[in-house]
Amino acid sequence: MGCRRLRALAPLLILIALLVALPHAGGLFHAWFPELSHPLYWRTSFVELTLAHAALVGIATLIAVIVGLALGILATREAGRSLLPTVRAVAVIGQTFPPVAVLAIAVPLLGFGAAPTLLALSLYGVLPVLGQTVAGLDQVPASALHAADGMGYGRWRRLWEVELPLAAGPIMAGVRLSAIVSVGTATIGSAVGAATLGAPIVEGLVGNNTAYVVQGALLVGALALSVDGLLGLAEKRIRRHPL
Amino acid sequence: MIEFDHVRKAFGDHVVIEDLSLRVEDGEFFVLVGPSGSGKSTLLRTVNRLVPIDGGRVLVDGQDVATQPIEALRRGIGYAIQSVGLFPHRTVAENIAVVPRLLGWPEAEIDARVAELIALLKLDEPGIAGRYPDTLSGGQAQRVGVARALAARPKIVLMDEPFGALDPLTRESLQASVKQIQRETGTTMLFVTHDMDEAFRLGDRVALMLDGRLAQVGTPLALIRSPADERVNEFVGGTRAYLRELAVRRVRDSMRRDEAAEGDAVSPDATLQDALGVMLAERRERLPVQGGGAILLSDIVVRPR
Amino acid sequence: MGDASRENGTGPVAPRERRRAQSALLQQRLPVVVLCVIGLVAGLALPFLNIAPNRLLSGHASGGQQGVFALLWLVAAAAGGWRGGAVAAVLLALVLPLIAAVDATLLLHHKPPTTRIQLGAGFWVMWLAAALLLLDRLRHVRAGWRAVAWAVVVVSLVVGGWQGVFDDLALVREWQAQRGAFTDALASHVTLSLITLGVALTIGAPLGYLAWRARRAGGTLLSVLAFLQTIPSLALFALLIGPFAWLAREWPALAALGFGGTGAAPAVFALVLYALLPVVRYTVTGLDAVPADTREAARGLGMTRGQLLLRVQLPLGWPVLLAGLRIVAVQTIGLAAVAALIGAGGLGRFVFLGIGQGATDMVLLGTLAIIGLALAADLLFQAMMAATGRRA
Repeated sequence: MGCRRLRALAPLLILIALLVALPHAGGLFHAWFPELSHPLYWRTSFVELTLAHAALVGIATLIAVIVGLALGILATREAGRSLLPTVRAVAVIGQTFPPVAVLAIAVPLLGFGAAPTLLALSLYGVLPVLGQTVAGLDQVPASALHAADGMGYGRWRRLWEVELPLAAGPIMAGVRLSAIVSVGTATIGSAVGAATLGAPIVEGLVGNNTAYVVQGALLVGALALSVDGLLGLAEKRIRRHPL
Repeated sequence: MIEFDHVRKAFGDHVVIEDLSLRVEDGEFFVLVGPSGSGKSTLLRTVNRLVPIDGGRVLVDGQDVATQPIEALRRGIGYAIQSVGLFPHRTVAENIAVVPRLLGWPEAEIDARVAELIALLKLDEPGIAGRYPDTLSGGQAQRVGVARALAARPKIVLMDEPFGALDPLTRESLQASVKQIQRETGTTMLFVTHDMDEAFRLGDRVALMLDGRLAQVGTPLALIRSPADERVNEFVGGTRAYLRELAVRRVRDSMRRDEAAEGDAVSPDATLQDALGVMLAERRERLPVQGGGAILLSDIVVRPR
Repeated sequence: MGDASRENGTGPVAPRERRRAQSALLQQRLPVVVLCVIGLVAGLALPFLNIAPNRLLSGHASGGQQGVFALLWLVAAAAGGWRGGAVAAVLLALVLPLIAAVDATLLLHHKPPTTRIQLGAGFWVMWLAAALLLLDRLRHVRAGWRAVAWAVVVVSLVVGGWQGVFDDLALVREWQAQRGAFTDALASHVTLSLITLGVALTIGAPLGYLAWRARRAGGTLLSVLAFLQTIPSLALFALLIGPFAWLAREWPALAALGFGGTGAAPAVFALVLYALLPVVRYTVTGLDAVPADTREAARGLGMTRGQLLLRVQLPLGWPVLLAGLRIVAVQTIGLAAVAALIGAGGLGRFVFLGIGQGATDMVLLGTLAIIGLALAADLLFQAMMAATGRRA
C-alpha cells in the first residue's frame, strides 16, 4: 500500500522538483544547446504556467463532473429514461470528435485566450463523466435495487445510499479520464492563446528553440502523470470503500 | 491398455498424486472415483499429457506417452469434460468433426461419421447438426461433447465427470448410451466421477482414490462386500452399501430356476433393485422371471455367498 | 411500431389506464420536447448566420428569421409518433441548410465579392438538435428505414452541394478556394492514420498474444503503455523532434528517405505509441473471449497452439479486436491533427494555419473534415463488427 501510494505520488514530487530546479538550469540548457541565445523560457514563470494550466483543468473538470453527473442521473431516472438513448448517443458520438476539433470550434465563438479552451475542455470533459455515470448506474445489480425498494428506501435515498456508492468506481474512472484528456487538450490550448504549459512547446516549435520544447514537455508530462496518479489513488480508494 | 507406473505429481509443495501404479485393461470400463481434491482428474489428465508428471511413467499400449508427439497422442485419445467446452462459433456437426478434420479424413467420410454419431447418441432432433451450441440443452450439449470425443474412433476415451452438471433423468440416459457404445465398440474407457452410484453403475472395475493414493481397486461388488479399510467403507456407504449392491447385482445370478410365481415377469438382466421395487409396488414376495424361474424376497435379503 | 398517439384516448378507458397511457406518451415524447426546446432557444437567441467583410475578419450576426425557426420547431414538436417525428427531423435537417443557402444568396446581393456569409452558432446547434432528434425517432423504426432516412439526408445535401446550392456559404467558398490543398491534406491525414493503424496492429497483436501468454510481463507492458498514453500528445510529439533529428544526422540514408526531426516519421512513431495500448489490451481481452474450458477441450482433442489460435481464438476474439481497432482508428485520426504542429501535414494543418491567420472558415473546414473522418471510421468499424458477428 505504502509503496503503491509512493508510486502514484512520485510524478507530483518530480513536478515540484522540476519547478524548483528549472529556473536555475540556464547553464545546463546553455551547455546542451549552445547555439541558442535564450535557452531558458522566460516570458512567463513556469510556476505561473503550471498553476494556470492546473486551474484550467480543475475548473473544466469540475464543470464536467457537475454537468455529467446531473445528466447521467437524470437519464437513468424513471422520468428521464426515454432520454437515455439520446444521452448515450451524445456521449459515444461526441467522443469520436477529436479534442482538437472541439477546441478549434470554440475559437470562432469566443475568440482567442483561455475562454475557448475552458469551453472546449468542459464540453469535451462532460462526455467521459456522462458515459461512465450512465454505465456505472446501469450496472448496479437489480438485486440491490430490489432490496433497497423492499426495505422502503425512497427514490432519492436509494440513489444516494445505494446507486451512487455502487457506481462510484466507474464514475471516478470517468472523472480521471476527463481530467487526463483535459491536461492534454489544455496544452494544445496554448495554440489559441491560453497561457498553459503548452506555450513553451508551441513557441519552441515556431521559433526552432528545442530547449523551450523540452522544458514545456517535461513539465506537462509530469503534470499529466501527477493528475493521473492522484486521481488513480482516489479511484482505487473509492472502489475499495465507496463513500 | 493404459498403465500408470509409479506416477507422481505435485503442484508446488502440494502432492496431488503419490507414487501411483495402476493398469487399465483393453476394452475395460474403468472408473476413478473419489472426493474432490483426491487427484482423480489430475491422474486422468496425465494420460493425454494435459498434466505433465513429475515422476514415473504413463504408458498407452505399452508406449510411454512422454515419448510421443503430443498432438498425435491427443488426437488418438477421446476426451470429454464436464463443462463440455464446445466451440461456440461452430455448429454441432462441425464440433463433432473437429478431430477427424485435424486428422485429415476425407470430407465424405467425416460427413458419414458425423451422421452415424448423431444417430448413435440419439441427437435425432431434426436440423440439430446445423445448430450452434448456445441453442442446445445441457443434455444435448453433453451428447455432442461425447460424440466429439468418440468421433475419430479412438481406442481409448477419457471422460472427466462428463455428466456432473446434468439432471438425474438426462444423466441416466446418457450413462446408458455411453455404456452401450463402450461395450459395442470395445473401447477402453477411463472415467472420472465423484458419484459413487455412477461409478458402480458404469464401471467394470472401480478405483477409489483418496488423497492422491488408490484406496482400493476392484469390481463394484468387491468394494461393497470387502472394503479394504474403514475409510473405503465410509465412502462406499456403510450399511447403505447393501442398497448399492442391489443396483449392481442382476436377477439372473440370484434367481431360482426351479421355482415359479404369479404376475408380470421381470427380465433376468434387471438389477435386484428393480426386482425389489416391483415386489414393493405389487406387495409380493416372489416374482416370475422371463424365460422361466422366479426371484424370491429372501434371495435378495439373504446374500448368497 | 404503432403510432402511440392513435392508441391514446380511443374508446372508454378507466381513468388510471388513461393516466398510464398519458405518462407513457409523455415518456415517448420527452426527448422530442427537450430537443425542440434546445432548437427553439438556439433559433431565437443565437446568430444563424454571420456576415464578415472578408475571410480573415470576424463578422456580425444577421437576424430576422426567428419567427421561421420558432414555427419549424413547434411543427417538429407537434409531429406525432415515431414515424412522424422522423419525417419532421429529416425535413429539418434539410430545410436548415437550405434556408442558410437562400439567405446567403440574398445577403450577398450588392455586397463586395470578398464578403463571406458564415454559418453561425444558431445554425450548428439547431442542426445538431435535428440530427439527434432523427437519431431518437429512428430508434423504433426498422433498420432498413433507418438507413433510408440517413441516406436521404446525406444524399440530398451532397447532391445540393454538387448543384451549387450552397455555393454562397463561406465554408463552401473556402473549400473551393483551397480545393487542391484540402485534398492533399485529407489524403495525407488518411495515409498517416492508415500507416499508424497497420504498424500498431503488426506490432501490437503479437505483443498482445505474448502479454496474454505471460500474464505478469503482460501486466508490466500494459502499465508502461498506459503511462505513455497519459503524456499529452503535443509534449510527446515535441519531445521526439530531438531524437529523430539526431537519427537523421547520424544516418544520412534515413534522412534521404524523408526521415527527420519534424515530419511524418516522428508523428507516426508517436501515434503508434498511443495506439499500442488499445491494440494490446483488446488483443488480450479477445484471447480471453475463449473460455478456459473450451481451450482445454481444444488442447485435449489434439489441437496445436497454432490451430487453437487460428481456428478457435481468432474467430471468437476477432470482434473484440475490431472493437479495439475502432477505438485506435478514432483516436489516431484525432491525434494526427495535433501532429500538424510538428510538420506532419494532414488536416491539422488547416486547423492550426487557420487559427494562426484568424481564418475561421479554414479552421472549420479542417475541423469538420477531421470529425467526418473520425465518424466515418467509427461507422466503418461498426459495420465490420456487425458483419463479423460471431457466426460469420
